[in-house]
Amino acid sequence: MPAYEHVFLARQDLAQAQVEALTEGFGKIVADGGGHVAKTEFWGLRSIAYRIAKNRKAHYVLLGIDAPAPAIAELERQVSLNEDVIRFLTIRVDAIDPEPSPMMKRDRERGDRPERGERPDRGDRTRRERRDESMAMEA
Amino acid sequence: MARPFFRRRKSCPFAAADAPAIDYKDVKLLQGFVSERGKIVPSRITAVSAKKQRELSQAIKRARHLGLLPYLVR
Repeated sequence: MPAYEHVFLARQDLAQAQVEALTEGFGKIVADGGGHVAKTEFWGLRSIAYRIAKNRKAHYVLLGIDAPAPAIAELERQVSLNEDVIRFLTIRVDAIDPEPSPMMKRDRERGDRPERGERPDRGDRTRRERRDESMAMEA
Repeated sequence: MARPFFRRRKSCPFAAADAPAIDYKDVKLLQGFVSERGKIVPSRITAVSAKKQRELSQAIKRARHLGLLPYLVR
């Protein structure tokens, strides 16, 4: 059976539990079609780079699916009808990567950066005299 | 002999053995290959090979569709 990666964006005002329920429902559709979900990743509530259906943020979920093509067609049909899903993408991959995707690693990498301390005192800086005032005097 | 217009031939950043895989999910990597305006940077500037540039543009377009990258930055 071919392997697929399916990413969908759920509406921002859903609760985490609702997103999980949604994911489970899609898993069931795949199972009914004779496939199985090999990997599930919740990327959490991320901000979208542009507005999609009036949402500025969305819950991102990645599914790694091993299923026959008709099951994927059915999944896509159901997902496109679902009003809680604002965007989805299914692509075929050679194999499902068991490692967490770069999206999951991101947070850890950021953590190793030291906290930025307080800015040093900059009291020696004096306000510059307004230019337009002196100009007005000359005129 | 001085060669005034000689420029060192840069090699493709994805040619090395430990090069990162081009993946639409790796937003941090892809961001290095789009301009400030959000446009894909031509390979003559980034020195990405033609084959990898095709993969890269596909990945960027997928990321844009999912809202991971912007189509345009105003």
